[in-house]
Amino acid sequence: MIELDNVAYSYGGGELFSGLDLSLAPGSFHFLTGPSGTGKTTLLKLCYGELIATAGQVRLFGEDARALDRDAVALTRRRIGVVHQDCQFLDHLPVAENIALPLTVAGLPAMPDDLRDLLGWVGLTRQAAQRPPELSGGERQRAALARAVIMSPEVILADEPTGNVDPEMSQRLLALLVELNKMGKTVLIATHDMSLIRAAKPHVSARVLRLADRKLHLAGADL
Amino acid sequence: MQRLRRLFDLLAGDPQAERAVPPTGFTARLTVLTAGAMAFLAVFAMALSLATGRLADRWAAELAQTSTLRISAPQGQLDAQTEAALRVLQTTPGVAEARALSADEQRALLAPWFGPDLPIESLPVPQLIEIIEDADGYDPAGLRARLQAEVPGAVLDDHTRWREPLIEAAGRLRLLGLVSMGLIAVATAAMITLAANAALAANAQVIRVMRLVGAKDIYIARAFVRRFTLRALIGAALGTLAGTLAVMLLPRTDAAGGFLTGLGFQGLHWLWPLVIPILAALVAFVATRQAALKTLREQS
Repeated sequence: MIELDNVAYSYGGGELFSGLDLSLAPGSFHFLTGPSGTGKTTLLKLCYGELIATAGQVRLFGEDARALDRDAVALTRRRIGVVHQDCQFLDHLPVAENIALPLTVAGLPAMPDDLRDLLGWVGLTRQAAQRPPELSGGERQRAALARAVIMSPEVILADEPTGNVDPEMSQRLLALLVELNKMGKTVLIATHDMSLIRAAKPHVSARVLRLADRKLHLAGADL
Repeated sequence: MQRLRRLFDLLAGDPQAERAVPPTGFTARLTVLTAGAMAFLAVFAMALSLATGRLADRWAAELAQTSTLRISAPQGQLDAQTEAALRVLQTTPGVAEARALSADEQRALLAPWFGPDLPIESLPVPQLIEIIEDADGYDPAGLRARLQAEVPGAVLDDHTRWREPLIEAAGRLRLLGLVSMGLIAVATAAMITLAANAALAANAQVIRVMRLVGAKDIYIARAFVRRFTLRALIGAALGTLAGTLAVMLLPRTDAAGGFLTGLGFQGLHWLWPLVIPILAALVAFVATRQAALKTLREQS
């Protein structure tokens, strides 16, 4: 689905990483770990076409990311749900409209029943009419997850999804991501929270990758 | 048909897309104000252009059909030369009518300079003969030759000398009005482009979020285009209304009226200002669309 072949990325004259290979197969579950500043977020951005690799090839659903025009990138992003650490909402719109935004920009109707079910799944039914700034950190992360999955994407990329939430909320978010994986979605979570990875062990067969020293390594045995 | 539908879609915009962009008071006020002020000026430029067009047509029509014969002679010979000149004119092909102006008419002509009680009979004032041509017109060179032989004190003025500069001046004024309207359109486009760029810069985060969830550039651009087009339309409609009212309130043309009192619209020309808001909206549509797509290209 998403393949990185001998990929390098540089900026400001320095190389962030190079010779990086990664393949996200359908239905797989990956954790991406590593120290801050090693390029976890950059790697995720390469995976949804926000950045272009300075060397090597990134293939998104079989297409060379470098060859995609802006419209094609937009269409590709509709197949990839992204959860950011800072969530990125439109603060003037209610939570429900923010969650439905991917449908809106795609010109698709947001079915009220489906939206209600989704809000219920992430536990935000009561917050539907609130504005994002009124939500807690955990609620914002769940809203971001709901927005990421509303288009039923094939791949879900989450960048530090539990970075701003308490351990209990981390477990709840993890449970939602595992549930999505069991529904057949490919999941890649970038995190430095090792407890999250340990907590996933009983529930999912995941591969743990470590980005360090400008290279991507398999971090010990697969979980 | 499909093209028409696409054009309509572009003009109609997307209310959902527009909703994704928060309203910004500064750019909204700037756009409405600019469009209003420019439309107000455009009404006057249009009125100027139409009025000078009418003026040029009227001068051309009136002056082209008339000419004047001036007879300067000693008092004792003036009547005889006038009658001789009238006889010549009556037998000149192309002259439909020729008549000597009465003393009252000549006094009225001189009144603006010398006042109403001028004793014209005691002054050596030349006798004027008004000549009205028929559709074919007469031969001025031939008439001058005959007059020189038979009425030595006659001078023919066929109005060419001052008709042409007047018509040319009116034509220039009409051009000035049209150029003014063009400049107004360009200035409106520039101001709306600035306002649109400010709005795009202020909404960089909104654009980023919309892109993140799969919005195409054209979808994002529509949100801004629809908003700015509607603002320009509303502002221009208000400016046009104010401008039209101001033109309506200008003093009416009267006997002493000069060019300025004739500035305005007549008959169906009153409908012309209705074009201004539509043009303003079109200018805003094109300017915002270009600015938005350019900015989105640069931001990617």
